[in-house]
Amino acid sequence: MGKGRYGKHGGQYIPETLMNEIHALEDAYEHYKNDPEFVEELDKLNREYAGRPSLLYFAEKMTRDLGGAKIYFKREDLNHTGSHKINNVLGQVLLAKKMGKTRVIAETGAGQHGVATATAAALLDMECEIYMGKEDTVRQALNVYRMELLGAKVHAVETGTATLKDAVNACMQEWTARVDDTLYVLGSVMGPHPFPMIVRDFQSIISREARAQILEAEGRLPDVVMACVGGGSNAIGSFYEFIEDKQVRLIGCEGAGHGVDTDKTAATMAVGTEGIFHGMKSYFCQDEYGQIAPVYCISAGLDYPGVGPEHAYLKDIGRAEYVPVTDEEAVQAFEYIAREEGIIAAIESSHAVAHLLKIAPKMRKDQIIICTLSGRGDKDVAAIARYRGIDLHE
Amino acid sequence: MSRIKKAFDHKKAFIGFLTAGDPSLEKTEEFVLEMERGGASLIELGIPFSDPIADGPVIQAANVRSLRAGCTTDKLFDTVASIRKKTEIPLVFLAYLNTLYKYGYDKFCSRCKESGVDGVIIPDLPFEERGELVPIAKKYGVDVITMVAPTSKERIRSVVEEASGFIYVVSSMGVTGARSEITTDVGEIVETIRSVTDTPTAVGFGINTKEQVATYAAIADGAIIGSAIVKIIAQYGEQAGPKLYEYVSEMVSGIQ
Repeated sequence: MGKGRYGKHGGQYIPETLMNEIHALEDAYEHYKNDPEFVEELDKLNREYAGRPSLLYFAEKMTRDLGGAKIYFKREDLNHTGSHKINNVLGQVLLAKKMGKTRVIAETGAGQHGVATATAAALLDMECEIYMGKEDTVRQALNVYRMELLGAKVHAVETGTATLKDAVNACMQEWTARVDDTLYVLGSVMGPHPFPMIVRDFQSIISREARAQILEAEGRLPDVVMACVGGGSNAIGSFYEFIEDKQVRLIGCEGAGHGVDTDKTAATMAVGTEGIFHGMKSYFCQDEYGQIAPVYCISAGLDYPGVGPEHAYLKDIGRAEYVPVTDEEAVQAFEYIAREEGIIAAIESSHAVAHLLKIAPKMRKDQIIICTLSGRGDKDVAAIARYRGIDLHE
Repeated sequence: MSRIKKAFDHKKAFIGFLTAGDPSLEKTEEFVLEMERGGASLIELGIPFSDPIADGPVIQAANVRSLRAGCTTDKLFDTVASIRKKTEIPLVFLAYLNTLYKYGYDKFCSRCKESGVDGVIIPDLPFEERGELVPIAKKYGVDVITMVAPTSKERIRSVVEEASGFIYVVSSMGVTGARSEITTDVGEIVETIRSVTDTPTAVGFGINTKEQVATYAAIADGAIIGSAIVKIIAQYGEQAGPKLYEYVSEMVSGIQ
């Protein structure tokens, strides 16, 4: 069995053409993650450029309104570029530079990872090309222009369902064609080993900070840590430092689209089965013959037919729970948190907020929830307006 | 001697690829027989997949056509069994690993044996992960074809050591599809392989002219054409049979 296993999940299911490159990436990462100079450089970028540490914000009004557990939000939406994606790309693009690469490529769904990668590439002086499903370039037109402003070239991918999975396919194909000067900066805790590990390590800064912040604020650990799950990078980042704290419930919220009993859903944990795709063994939405399903969710960032292998493992061993949240529930939560707390949260993050609205009122007042707001929702305002029947275009 | 071994026994092999079920499984049967008549010594049948990450636009489009026409793994096994009644030409599946995993490795390999499939080529199954499939495939006498890439370098020796059937030498970086020029030193790769194993080699990815077939069949033990064949099927659809016969005859004529 190859490396990078999470129980039976994970592995390295990729073409032979990429194997030497993936081993080189693994070696470079193992070296640099312990290199004091690299660690200091990344730390400085996180502090002085990305704006870390991000706030752990006590949502007093929501706590009062819901009448149950104390609610804290981990504000990844306040990071530079507006989401948690910056945590990973600063690490990966810096690593690419150390490896002597001059060009980075990346897939993007909602555009957040694409924007973050283009940003890091601009700052660190790398050539950058972003692959985005055609469908998503329409849903998130503003982000396309944003990436172009940052100096990246954006390719609209028209194959398959023209969404996130097709952008990943296109990126893998492009990387197979050109490995010498190029690193594929994967945006989530998915793909072949070592990507799920590298991305998780860079994202675990979320829970490292949150754990210290809640101990500081409350003198105790939270009862629940929750986050939205597409590929699962902000969720694993939010969970990671709490995994050993068995009393902390970990909850991942997936995009159920129109509902898990319809075919318009992206809730992999709810409807998926074991499979091997995009370089990893994990759970996938697929048919009886293993054809990957054309999934759907209002959020482009959760519109993915698989889930990271470490999440699949956390589910198997019962350490984390995964729940589906529909479009309608997420949109209501998007509106609620804006009204109640004055926070326009990303529609992705609003999936976690929606589940929070269900569980917080049932919890005791001395209990604590930390919910990660993975990104800000400016990019979603026009789409939400359209969802509500208002003809608004960016 | 296995059917694959026979295809390379004291001769150079021309290997033709097509996506099964494009435009229909009935036509796949006819096309295989036409390609054999044209002189092909082994046929690769691509099992259509929703997300063929190692394939270029031509074969991607064939996958879409085949899936739309209703091709499934079960129906394909029936078609292969029917082809096998008419010919002894070696048949090898090209499939993405999820197709086998979801079907069940044991059930898949057992049906390969039953219907007369001699081997499988799996672009997303590198050497490191072969352990989960190869012992099962061996049990049913199905060869899991090893792939070697331009970037394999020092990996070649360990990767080919236990190769069976034939070794697929990927001539170019990137995805499948015709290229005007191949810059990899295929000769050097083949030489390294031959210093480790007697398993024959066939070169694929980017080949589409008679001259390229002649060159690579001379350097290695065979040459593989895929996208150029699939393009003919895309163009002529159900009427592609005679065209495939002509095209394969032309390509094979370059082999000494």
